[in-house]
Amino acid sequence: MALNESNTTGVTVERVSDCELVVTRKVKGPSRLVFKAWADPALFPKWWAPASFCVTIISYEADVRTGGTYRLVMGHASSDQPMAFFGRYIEVVPGARIVWTNDEGDEEGAVTTVTFEDQDGETLVVVRDLYPSKEALDEAIASGSTGGWGEQLEQLEKLVQDSGSGVAES
Amino acid sequence: MVQYSATHLDASFAALSDATRRGILERLGQADASISTLAEGFQMTLTGMKKHVSVLEQAGLVMTEKVGRVRMCKLGRYTLEAEAAWMQQQRALWEARFSALDRLVEDLQRKEA
Repeated sequence: MALNESNTTGVTVERVSDCELVVTRKVKGPSRLVFKAWADPALFPKWWAPASFCVTIISYEADVRTGGTYRLVMGHASSDQPMAFFGRYIEVVPGARIVWTNDEGDEEGAVTTVTFEDQDGETLVVVRDLYPSKEALDEAIASGSTGGWGEQLEQLEKLVQDSGSGVAES
Repeated sequence: MVQYSATHLDASFAALSDATRRGILERLGQADASISTLAEGFQMTLTGMKKHVSVLEQAGLVMTEKVGRVRMCKLGRYTLEAEAAWMQQQRALWEARFSALDRLVEDLQRKEA
């Protein structure tokens, strides 16, 4: 399944296989600077949590080098509970590539690889989330914040309960 | 938000009003399964499981497919819609991120100049 819209900002999101989600976008500017925006802990929070998604970064620490770790705590307008995201950098190649683990879940998490490639004054950014199994990616989709199956099922179940026998009679 | 007809909602509610059928959906959320595997898992006769699956199938919550002599069950189009909605959400999130990243990289370039 692919969602491509070249008429907007040109982001593509594609589930390229059972276990893999790929996000692609070109950014104006050299890869050196795009990498910097990603790897500098003072710059990263300026763009990672868009205000339009009602998320705020509560704290962020990152040691962006091979073997280093990160911890990102975010808050959402709809929740009192902050969410912590953390993991470890498997590989960091300045200006070219960052690979990290996502260790916040109960199970083995996805490994994310972002690559930066110079193309005529622009940088091609490719973000690749590799999940350990099809089930893990399905689970991530099901537990997603919108349109998730789990959430939908809960809402339906609640509706059924709330309306009591009315549903059965209809 | 996807719009559903009243008839479809009735079918969904009826299908989901049963604990076993909700269990079947959860089970299929983990992996596709044959009717006999499901019957075994829920300690039920093949006929009983067929009835439950048929109710779920009519509600569009489950799809079945004959593979050789086995009828395989998987989650239905409801779930595909959930995946499409999730992908759309991902795309919107990354679009917003990249817009902010554009501005930041532009700033960095200006400072260097």
